Amino acid sequence: MANKIPRVPVREQDPKVRATNFEEVCYGYNQEEAMLEASRCLHCKNPRCVAACPVNIRIPDFIHEVGRGDFRKAAEIIGEDSSLPSICGRVCPQESQCEGSCVLGIKGEPVAIGKIERFVGDWKLQNGGTAPAVAPRNGHKVAVIGSGPSGLACASDLAKMGYEVKIFEALHKVGGVLVYGIPEFRLPKERIVAREIEQVKALGVEIETDVIVGRTVTIDDLMDKEGYDAVFIGSGAGLPRFMGIPGENLNGVVSANEFLTRANLMHAYDAQYDTPIYVGRKVVVVGGGNVAMDAVRTAKRLGAEAVIVYRRSEKELPARVEEVHHAKQEGIEFRMLTNPAEILGDEKGWVRGLRCVEMELGEPDESGRRSPVEKPGSDFEIPCDVVVMALGTSPNPLLAATTAGLETNRRGCVIADGNGATSRRGVFAGGDAVTGAATVILAMGAGRKAARAIDEYVKSK
Amino acid sequence: MFEILEKRYLAEGICLMRIHAPRIAKSALPGQFVIVRSDEYGERVPLTISDYDAEAGSVTIVTQTIGVSTRKICALEAGQCFADFAGPLGHPSEFVHEPLDELRKKHFLFVAGGVGTAPVYPQVKWLHAHGVKADVVIGAKTRSMLIYTDAMRAVADTLYIATDDGSEGFHGMVTGLIQELIEKEGRKYDVCVAIGPMVMMKFVARTTAAYPLKTIVSLNALMVDGTGMCGACRVTVGGKTRFTCVDGPEFDAHEVDFDEAMRRQGMYRTQEQRAAAIAAERAEGHVCRIGLDK
Repeated sequence: MANKIPRVPVREQDPKVRATNFEEVCYGYNQEEAMLEASRCLHCKNPRCVAACPVNIRIPDFIHEVGRGDFRKAAEIIGEDSSLPSICGRVCPQESQCEGSCVLGIKGEPVAIGKIERFVGDWKLQNGGTAPAVAPRNGHKVAVIGSGPSGLACASDLAKMGYEVKIFEALHKVGGVLVYGIPEFRLPKERIVAREIEQVKALGVEIETDVIVGRTVTIDDLMDKEGYDAVFIGSGAGLPRFMGIPGENLNGVVSANEFLTRANLMHAYDAQYDTPIYVGRKVVVVGGGNVAMDAVRTAKRLGAEAVIVYRRSEKELPARVEEVHHAKQEGIEFRMLTNPAEILGDEKGWVRGLRCVEMELGEPDESGRRSPVEKPGSDFEIPCDVVVMALGTSPNPLLAATTAGLETNRRGCVIADGNGATSRRGVFAGGDAVTGAATVILAMGAGRKAARAIDEYVKSK
Repeated sequence: MFEILEKRYLAEGICLMRIHAPRIAKSALPGQFVIVRSDEYGERVPLTISDYDAEAGSVTIVTQTIGVSTRKICALEAGQCFADFAGPLGHPSEFVHEPLDELRKKHFLFVAGGVGTAPVYPQVKWLHAHGVKADVVIGAKTRSMLIYTDAMRAVADTLYIATDDGSEGFHGMVTGLIQELIEKEGRKYDVCVAIGPMVMMKFVARTTAAYPLKTIVSLNALMVDGTGMCGACRVTVGGKTRFTCVDGPEFDAHEVDFDEAMRRQGMYRTQEQRAAAIAAERAEGHVCRIGLDK
């Protein structure tokens, strides 16, 4: 019977209005909506959603509590496996994870697990839930490098096990991509990210900002001089890629990391802050991932005409379905099967346009993806004054370069086994630093696994 | 917190600050820089380290007021704190990794322009402490803008001064003085290191290319994070794109595309000028309308 209720729609800011502000697009469920949506869950005996969640949250159990109206208990259940439900409920690609495996999705719409999780997380931030149990201090110290999702997850779990944990963060703010990458309109910084991080600190985790491990201190210093028993590397993949086409160093060409860091971390869109941002009249964002969507929607909000240029077709867009949908509603133009060949400049060295070629999809390659092939003679120009390159990122080579015995692969990723152990004894790694750019929740999953491995390592030492 | 232990003006608009930053003081080497943020609303500003003292746990920076952010930095007083002070960033100068017996065979020429004199100091000091010869040329517009002359005299083999108006030392640009040292006085150098305004470094590179004398410059590109994650500071060196913050800041001067680097430095000039105008008007109590009509 529960099946008969359609998926409860979520309230959102009007597209015309929100395209001019940085406030959150999605309002989320209220109590009634969350409880109604929770009633759709069939409470499967072998819940496929749990297996598809990278941190294996006990989804039917917490949804059961939401259905009964016991949000405190629901938050406790999530808290056993995730410290950041308000964040993950907002940014996880649920369609390819928990919700993608929901039985209801076979014939109809899956349970809105992400939206219910988000409701529970926000409820806890507002009402204060039960603090997770923290074991007495065991006298061991662990250093965590990077305060992004993998570092926060690893630090939370280790603190709960009784470790003295300190996170070292290179930037002035805590959260990694949660603060510099994902925009305010998708993930509010003060109301959600900062407060969820406060909950990690409440577990006893210390955070030191402005420390660039590899420069300010080295991993060897931390282990030999500062008495850390183990180190977790959660430094992410922050090194932007460029295309290597002519004109890439013209004024007006920026990496998505730079564009988003200026907007999100430095608040360049707010006149109270000193950091400038250059937007121009028309912005072309090259790429099709979540970062490209974030950049193009940010450009739109800063008043520019904003275009996505992507070399494959819409079906292959790696961005979340919800974000592509939101971008379209906000009036973003999508130019699919289009690849930049050259950035054109004016006589003063500023961008005046992008020369592109049309593409068509060839045969599937060994990875199963159809690779795009240029259509000869199909060159055309898109006039624009800003080009944002959102082509993906790789891990920063600094840590590997300054840590003896830490092996990396040819893409610069730290080599680690399934539990996060690296080639260097006592040094563990997880998240984008190991996999290359992936998702928030996969990074959290890797952080949790490494925390268990670190515990075993320290106890066996 | 990053407390300002000492502050004094070296010349009009050029301010020296010694900051409590023990971690950085312990790991800093000549050639590296820090990123500072004056307050919560501030920009991240890159400044080359002018001195460091591991025992005292302090790092010295020298800032010239050229815009809103540097004005905010220089307005801080001793006893106050920087919101952020991160580093040391970038590669140290190449010579700190060279074998000392090789290094001692070399004679260095440092060319310092304006506020760029400050970051030259730790390099010359380091070489002096390791028994390596280094002559120093300091250039400034006029005598009152010269900084670090006494400190530099104490560590340089010979100190030369050039002023644009001839109020002290050689009358003219540093490039003229370099030509005179090499051509008229027959001085021989193995390496030249030039730090100063981009345009000065460009012309020093052009001057030394004629001999040819290997020349290193420390580029002052625009930066945001300073750790390699954005590419705001990219420059073309030897035909390849490099990030100043992680691949530099020091590069072979004869390989740098200075015209591109100077053009990129001006990318936010309009916004910077607007911000400066608004700040100036605010200081006078006016309500500024610049930019409101856009």
